[in-house]
Amino acid sequence: MNPTLTIFIILLPFAAFVINGLLSNKLPHKTAGWLAVIAIGISTILSWQTAVSYFLQSEPYIRQLVVNITWLRFTETLQVDMGILLDPISVMMLVVITTVSLMVFVYSLGYMQGEKGFVRYFAFLSLFSFSMLGLVVATNLFQMYMFWELVGVSSYLLIGYYYNKPEAVAAAKKAFIVTRFADFGFLVGILILSYYTGTFDFITITNPENPAIISMTGISFMGISVLTWAVVLIFMGGAGKSAMFPLHIWLPDAMEGPTPVSALIHAATMVVAGVFLVARMFPVVVFHAPAALDVVAFIGAFTLLFAAIIACTQTDIKRILAFSTMSQIGYMMLALGVSGYGHEGLGFTASMFHLFTHAFFKALLFLGAGSIIHALQANDIRQMGGLRKYQPVTHILFLIACLAIAGIPPFAGFFSKDEILTAALASHTVYFGIATLAAALTAFYMFRLYFLVFWNNERTYAHTPHESPAIMLIPMSVLAGGSVVAGFIPFGNFVTSDLKSLETHVHLNVAVISTAVALAGITIAWLFYKRKSEIPDTIAARLGGLYQTIYRKFYIDEIYLFITKRIIFNLVSQPLAWFDRHIIDGFMDLTATATNWISAELKEFQSGQLQKYAYIFLSGVILIVLVVLYTYS
Amino acid sequence: MIDQVPLSHVLSVSSLMFFIGAYGFLTRKNLVTMLIGVELMLNAVNINFVAFDRYLYPSGINGHFFALFIIAIAAAEAAVAIAIFINLYRNIRSIDVEEVDKMKY
Amino acid sequence: MLLIALILVPTLTALAIVFAKNSKQVKVMAAAGMSIQLVQSLYLLYVFLAERASGNTEPVVFYQRFPWYNSLNISFDIGVDGISVAMIVLTAIVIFTGIFASWEVEDQYKEFFISLIVLATGVFGFFISLDLFVMFLFFELAVIPMYLLIGIWGSGKKEYSAMKLTLMLMAGSALLVVGILGIYFNSDSNGHHSFNILELAGQTFSMNMQRIFFPLTFIGFGVIGALFPFHTWSPDGHSSAPTAVSMLHAGVLMKLGGYGCLKVAIWLMPQAANELAWIFLILTSISVIYGALGVIAQTDLKYINAYSSVSHCGLVLFGLLMLNKTATTGAVIQMISHGLMTALFFALIGMLYSRTHTRIVHEMGGLMKVLPFLSVCYVLAGLASLGLPGLSGFVAEMTIFVGAFQHPDWFHRFITIVAVSSIVVTAVYILRVVGALLMGPVKNDDHTKFHPATWYEKLATVTLIAGIVIIGIAPLWLSDMIMDSLSAILD
Repeated sequence: MNPTLTIFIILLPFAAFVINGLLSNKLPHKTAGWLAVIAIGISTILSWQTAVSYFLQSEPYIRQLVVNITWLRFTETLQVDMGILLDPISVMMLVVITTVSLMVFVYSLGYMQGEKGFVRYFAFLSLFSFSMLGLVVATNLFQMYMFWELVGVSSYLLIGYYYNKPEAVAAAKKAFIVTRFADFGFLVGILILSYYTGTFDFITITNPENPAIISMTGISFMGISVLTWAVVLIFMGGAGKSAMFPLHIWLPDAMEGPTPVSALIHAATMVVAGVFLVARMFPVVVFHAPAALDVVAFIGAFTLLFAAIIACTQTDIKRILAFSTMSQIGYMMLALGVSGYGHEGLGFTASMFHLFTHAFFKALLFLGAGSIIHALQANDIRQMGGLRKYQPVTHILFLIACLAIAGIPPFAGFFSKDEILTAALASHTVYFGIATLAAALTAFYMFRLYFLVFWNNERTYAHTPHESPAIMLIPMSVLAGGSVVAGFIPFGNFVTSDLKSLETHVHLNVAVISTAVALAGITIAWLFYKRKSEIPDTIAARLGGLYQTIYRKFYIDEIYLFITKRIIFNLVSQPLAWFDRHIIDGFMDLTATATNWISAELKEFQSGQLQKYAYIFLSGVILIVLVVLYTYS
Repeated sequence: MIDQVPLSHVLSVSSLMFFIGAYGFLTRKNLVTMLIGVELMLNAVNINFVAFDRYLYPSGINGHFFALFIIAIAAAEAAVAIAIFINLYRNIRSIDVEEVDKMKY
Repeated sequence: MLLIALILVPTLTALAIVFAKNSKQVKVMAAAGMSIQLVQSLYLLYVFLAERASGNTEPVVFYQRFPWYNSLNISFDIGVDGISVAMIVLTAIVIFTGIFASWEVEDQYKEFFISLIVLATGVFGFFISLDLFVMFLFFELAVIPMYLLIGIWGSGKKEYSAMKLTLMLMAGSALLVVGILGIYFNSDSNGHHSFNILELAGQTFSMNMQRIFFPLTFIGFGVIGALFPFHTWSPDGHSSAPTAVSMLHAGVLMKLGGYGCLKVAIWLMPQAANELAWIFLILTSISVIYGALGVIAQTDLKYINAYSSVSHCGLVLFGLLMLNKTATTGAVIQMISHGLMTALFFALIGMLYSRTHTRIVHEMGGLMKVLPFLSVCYVLAGLASLGLPGLSGFVAEMTIFVGAFQHPDWFHRFITIVAVSSIVVTAVYILRVVGALLMGPVKNDDHTKFHPATWYEKLATVTLIAGIVIIGIAPLWLSDMIMDSLSAILD
């Protein structure tokens, strides 16, 4: 296949966005929806073709610049290009994004049917796909940053899709601002890196033998090399997008958006952009800024456990999934953080592998949740129960996804998680312990969700829940298929840190441990939630304050609110506005008032009283005479 | 005979007259009285001119000319001033100087 | 000839309006005149690019000289470089849309449109002139009608605002006169003093002279460019001004400041610029972050936009003071970008105000539902303002930041990072406003009965948005055009 055709993978969704966006109140819903679906459909076919032809090449894979156009010139040497870079991770991402997008687009045709902003929805969704695809094929940091921002704004627009709902508006705003704050770090990182290397280009920047990069390790600021600074700052951007602690607060709120959006953006694709970014920078980080990699591993491991703990207490179906997403991304980050290069690069491969499989089962989970919400018009799992009777297909598909995420063989999650655990074990036992514990927690909270929704108390509903239409179930089935088989892909043959193939196999002892803890988690969930039971409430009551703290997500939101509302708004902005109006402007007004006052005083001389003038005149004459006499005598 | 009177005496008289005139000009509220003050000052100046001429430059008559000139001007000025006062009186029924401050605008 | 026509067309339009019979005729004439102006400025852009493409690398092209007052060596020198061409096109777009944004003016319409066009004439004249004296003349011609426009057709505390704005700008002009005369009397071209920028640029002034007159000229132009702490005329002035005047003022007049700082202060006195830049860099970085933080506490839409203009225009001067080509190019793009964006903002605020009769954010809400077209435009303007890629603001800001980062010392690094942090604050205030104003439930029942956007409103907004998008998507030609012109100024 002609590689330049890949440009259409990106341009087609953009075209769909432009058409739907400009004609949003003229196009009939059906046309607009199918237009977007067809556009992304062709993109998907092209992506698969690209992937097949790319991976059929003999190893080692090469980095191909398929298209490269100068977009903006900063200096003679430093310029921004727009182009397409094909390498194993970008090709893999192309496949993931287009496939999941296509499924979500098709699903949305059913889910969003009859919504007022249907055309707008598809326009934004297409915009998102375009931006995300542009992000992964970016040839340079700057292009990536641009699409990074575009992805952010599409996420903003889609979270705020129900703009009449104040919660949705607030969530959209929060998501954008938090990620924007992270992007501030990203941008500063780019500035540092581009200044020292004189380029934005990935191929040059990520070349570990690049002398400019090596010289960067020699320059230090506050005891840390500038390269490490740059990479950590860039990682800050990634952490924001990927909802890593402490920049994670936007993700749970982002669930205010339509459920398919959550599936696509806040589960499968956009939130893994941070992982992708770290993977992009990986070769240079692993050789020259290992400290930054430790940061990645630490943050990843922390978020992994942190989010898994919170997920066990939440009651909103989508929020549970959101915390689960954070936790799973924590896995990916951890794997990257503990990875080495070349034949020690198992972590890298594992991370990408998990990204790949996670996209399938997490999208499926969200679409399943969407199917449930669609039927019940409710998000709270305490109002659900016994749904397996009403939604048998959704039930089965959801169960597959749960098994996959819990890491039960032979589902996809098992294989990728196994690799991550192996990599963690090779690095540090603590990381392995955290990862294993989180695996148990994952199995527990997913099956808590599963049992509460599909089993538990058989309640009667005001409106009998119905199974979703085929247009929603078909994409779910496809994703379920992916969740089952994706694990068998020999990922090490395709995606590795050094573009050469890496031998990977299931490690039996790790596999046994992980499966055992997962089964333990499931069993506990089964005991607690299969039927209505007092045990969970008793435990919650026992834990008391701790449970509350976890339930309130460790009060991180409140801390942020305190900083933004109390400190920035009340202690900085308000006084600043006052200062501006009263001190600075007051000073300007004061000069005016002073001039006015002086002139009013001077005006008194001009009284019109003849005799006053004469007095002044006389005094003046006498004064002058005196002066003259004094000087000349 | 006049030569026995020293210049300083004459000048004393004229300055006294001048300042009486000035005092009158500055303190009286009636415009006519003020005009009288002005005339006093003018005549004080006349005395000075004549006196200086007589004492310092006895050969010339420039000072006398100036004095005559000033007398003529003073007459004209008085005529104009009184005409203005009359008009003023017709307009505002007063020739009090403090009520005449419209000119500042 | 084309350059002369740029002044002639608006002058003739203003004259023609004198003879118009009713408001319809006035508006049609104004619109026609400004359309011609827009077309010929685009044509100017085209011939300029063609001239450059054909290999003309003179610092200034289409140069013409008309002696005017020989004994003082004042002459009407005109000519353009890439920067002035860009600014001329910007001005033409803003005045064109400004006419349509004031389509509903009925009160003393004749005088209104005449003043507006006279103002624009001043701006066009300013951008084409190369003689400091004539430049200053046009500068004043642009500033003075502002007083009438705000004082007569304004709203709120209009007399106060008009007075304040004019007095502060006049104070700036006073500094400027001193600066210009200082340059004049220190210059020497063939035994004469000179006002001609090109001749002056060839000379090196003594350091002592530069140390005095650089700050004078820079602050003189800086006042109109909203340099902290001389920016306080801006919030009051903008909030009282009628729509089109706010548009022109924030969109174009504030750019005279940046343009002047570059073409007069920095070009003619580069050594002092180098030496004293740090003082002004501190002031401008304060502007940038202070303006942005100041916005958060505002509730009036026009105040919001005025303070955000302080922040954005601070970035213009910030970029200029980095004294390298990249940052300066960014500053010029920022001028254009901010001009289009803020004109769009003010136009939209005017359109909303004519319907809601309030500018207080929390008295409105959910406008997206009742005024979809205007709301979408508002969102776009907001996104451009917070620097979304694909819209012009991003290009400008990034160029400034990358340029600023080329200075390796910690002082420049630090203030650059301070300036970069404004992108976060900008996002905060833009999204706050967008959220409160356009989204959420409709607050006021009366707001459901609005008439939708009219053709002239659509024309005005779409033109501005087109400009923003074109620069945002394909910035290379613009940045190359500007950067080429900078070789003469900065090298």
